[in-house]
Amino acid sequence: MVQYVWLVLLLPLLGFLVTGIWRNRLSKTAIAMTGCGTVLGSFLVSCVLFFQALAPGFRSTQVHLFNFISVGTLQIPFDFQVDQLTLVFLLIITGVGFLIHLYSASYMRTDAGYGRYFSYLNLFVFSMLLLVLGANYVILFIGWEGVGLCSYLLIGFWYDRNDFNQAAKKAFIMNRIGDLGFLIGLFLMISRFSSVSFGEVFAQASALGTHSGVLVAITLLLLVGAVGKSAQIPLYTWLPDAMAGPTPVSALIHAATMVTAGIYMIARSHVLYSLAPATLNVVALIGLATAILAASIALKQYDIKKVLAYSTVSQLGFMFLGLGVGAYGAAVFHVMTHAFFKALLFLGAGSVIHALGGEQDIRRMGGLRRKLPVTYWTFLVACLAISGIPPFSGFFSKDAILAAAYREQPLLYYVGLAGALMTAFYMFRLFFITFHGDFRGTEESARHLHESPPAMTIPLVLLALLSFLGGWVGIPSSLGGKDLLGNFLAPVFRGGPAIPMPVAGGNTDLVLMIVAAALSIAVVFWTRSLYRQYKAETTPGRGLVRWLEHKWYVDELYDFLFTRPLPRLSNWLERHVESPVIDGAVNGMGRMVQWGSRKIRLIQSGQVGLYIFGMVAGAIILFLIAFFLI
Amino acid sequence: MDMPVNDYIFLSLALFCIGVMGVLIRRNAIIIFMCIEIMLNAVNLMLVAFSKFHHNASAQIFVFFIMVVAAAEVSVGLAIIVMVYRHSHTVDVGLMNRLKH
Repeated sequence: MVQYVWLVLLLPLLGFLVTGIWRNRLSKTAIAMTGCGTVLGSFLVSCVLFFQALAPGFRSTQVHLFNFISVGTLQIPFDFQVDQLTLVFLLIITGVGFLIHLYSASYMRTDAGYGRYFSYLNLFVFSMLLLVLGANYVILFIGWEGVGLCSYLLIGFWYDRNDFNQAAKKAFIMNRIGDLGFLIGLFLMISRFSSVSFGEVFAQASALGTHSGVLVAITLLLLVGAVGKSAQIPLYTWLPDAMAGPTPVSALIHAATMVTAGIYMIARSHVLYSLAPATLNVVALIGLATAILAASIALKQYDIKKVLAYSTVSQLGFMFLGLGVGAYGAAVFHVMTHAFFKALLFLGAGSVIHALGGEQDIRRMGGLRRKLPVTYWTFLVACLAISGIPPFSGFFSKDAILAAAYREQPLLYYVGLAGALMTAFYMFRLFFITFHGDFRGTEESARHLHESPPAMTIPLVLLALLSFLGGWVGIPSSLGGKDLLGNFLAPVFRGGPAIPMPVAGGNTDLVLMIVAAALSIAVVFWTRSLYRQYKAETTPGRGLVRWLEHKWYVDELYDFLFTRPLPRLSNWLERHVESPVIDGAVNGMGRMVQWGSRKIRLIQSGQVGLYIFGMVAGAIILFLIAFFLI
Repeated sequence: MDMPVNDYIFLSLALFCIGVMGVLIRRNAIIIFMCIEIMLNAVNLMLVAFSKFHHNASAQIFVFFIMVVAAAEVSVGLAIIVMVYRHSHTVDVGLMNRLKH
C-alpha cells in the first residue's frame, strides 16, 4: 500500500490542473467539488497509510519513482520517503487543508476568480505534500519553492489592489533571501557528501562527529532557509503582510502549510542539527526572541488578522525553541495542535469579517457573541487552546516544549513562559474586544450581521473539536498519559546522537505545568476585567505602547536599511559602473574596430610590389618562427 | 662524380632569392614574370636534386606537373600583359593600381 503514496500527490495535482485549465468552463459547484474532493481523497489515502503505520513492524519506506538528476557521481532519484514524521505532516496538511478548502467553497462563492483560487489552493497543497514526502533535499526544495510560489500567487490573489501586490512581492522576496541560504547549504552538502538523500547524508554526517565545522555551516545555511519560510527573526515581516490574501488562504499558510515547512525541514534534519550543538543554540535563541518580539507586537494590534498573524510568528518561535532544545517531537506536536487552533482562529476571523462585510478593525466590532454564536464558541475554544489552558490541545504541546526548555536551561523556560502569558493576554484581548461589549460599527453593518452558512461553520466545529481533543494524543507521562504521539514519532528521532538531557523528576514537570496553567488562567481573567467593556481608544499610545503599535518600527528599519538604500545604490552603480565601464567596454570595442579599420585600410595602396613584399616578409617571419621557436 | 646535395640546395636557394628580389624590385611586368619562372625552376631543381638523393622518382613527376602548369600559366599571364599593354601602353606594375578602388 505504501507504494501507492504517489496518489496523495497526484490527486491535488489533478485538482490543480482541472480547476486551472477549465476555470472558466466549469460551474462553481463543479470547481468546488473537484478542489475539495481531491484533497479529501489525499486525506483518505493518508489515513490508510497512517493506520498501516500504527501496526507493529512498520519501518520507514522509500518509494522510488524515477531518476531525476544523474550527473557524474551525483545521483538524485525522485524518491518518496514514508515514515512517521511524514505521516503526521500528511495528515495535518490534507486534513486541515481539506477543512479550509471546504470553508473556502462557501467563503469565496461570490468571487470572480473562483477557479483560479481553487487551482492555486490545490497547487499549494500539492507543493506542501511534495515537500514532506521527498526522500532527499532536492525534492524537498522543489516543494519548498512551490509553496513559496503559491504563497505569492495567493497573497496577491486580488491582483488589482496595488498594496496586495506589494505584500505578495514582499513575501516572495523575503522567502527568496532564505531560499538562497538553503540553496548554498544544499550545494555545500553536495560538494561534501556528494549526495542529497536523507539517509546517505545523515550516515556520512554521523561519521564526521559533533562540532564539525562543515556541519555547522550546512545547518546554519539550512536554518537561513527555515527562518525565511517559517517567518522568524529577521525574516518574519512578510507573514503579517501575507494577510492581504483571502482569509482562508491565511489559514492555509499559517496553519497547515508553508510556515511549518521550516519546522519540518529542521525536524527532518535532526541528525545534522544534533551534531551541531552551536546551531541548535542559535535555533533556540532565534525562536525565543521571535516568540517574545512577535507576542509583544500582537499586544497592541487592532487588525483582527494582524493579531493572528503575529500570534503565528510567535507560536512558530515556540516551535523553534522546541527544536533548538532538541525536543523535536514536542515541536512537531505543537505544529499539529497549532495547525488545528490557528486554522480555527483564521476561519473564525474569516467568519467575523464575512459577517461584517469586510471589516477587519476590531475597534469597530464588539458584541458579536449573540449574532455569531457558532463562531463565538469555536473561537473561544481556539483561544483557550492557544493560551495553554488545560485540557485544551495547546496546553500539552506548549508545555512539552517549555518543559524541554527548562531541562536545557531554566532561563529559556522563564522567558518562554512570559511569551506564553503574553499569548494568553493578546488572544483574550482580541476575543473580548471582538465578541463582548457593545457593537461599535455603523448602523448599516449592524443590520447585516449574520452567522455564516453551514459550509463555513461545519469546518469551524470540526476544528474546534480537534483543538479541544488534539492535545490528548500527547499527554505526558507525568500527567498519567501515554504520550502516544511522542512514542509514534520516536523511531524517527531515535537516529542520530542522543542529546544529553538531565532527567527531571516527574514532579518538576508537574510543578512547571501547574504554574504555567495557573498563570495563564489568571491572565485570562485579568484580560477579561480589562477588555470586557471595551471602549474604542481614540488617542494614539505613548512611549512603549507607541512602539508596540508600530511593531517596534521593524518595517521602517528594514525600509531605512535595505529598501531605500538599494535603489540609491543601484542608481549610483548605474551612473558610475554601468554606463562608463560596462557600456564603455561594449561600445569601445565597436569604436576600436571602426578606428582600426580606417587605419588599416590605408595599407591597401594598389601597389602590387607592396603586396608582394608583405607576402614575402610574412613568409620569412613564418619561416623564422617555424625554424627557431617550434 | 657525385656532387653533395648541399650544393644543389644552395644553388636552388640562390636562384629562388634572385627570383624573389626580382619580383620585389623590378617594375616591368615581363621581368617580374621571368623572375617568377626562376623561382619555379629553383623549386624544380630542388625537387630533382632530392629525387636523386633519395633514389625516389616521384619528385620528378611533380617537376613535370610544375612545368606543365607553368607553361599554361605563362601563356595566360603573357596574354594578360599584352592586353594591359594594348590598353594602357605600359607594362609598369607601379602604374597598374586601378583595382585599388
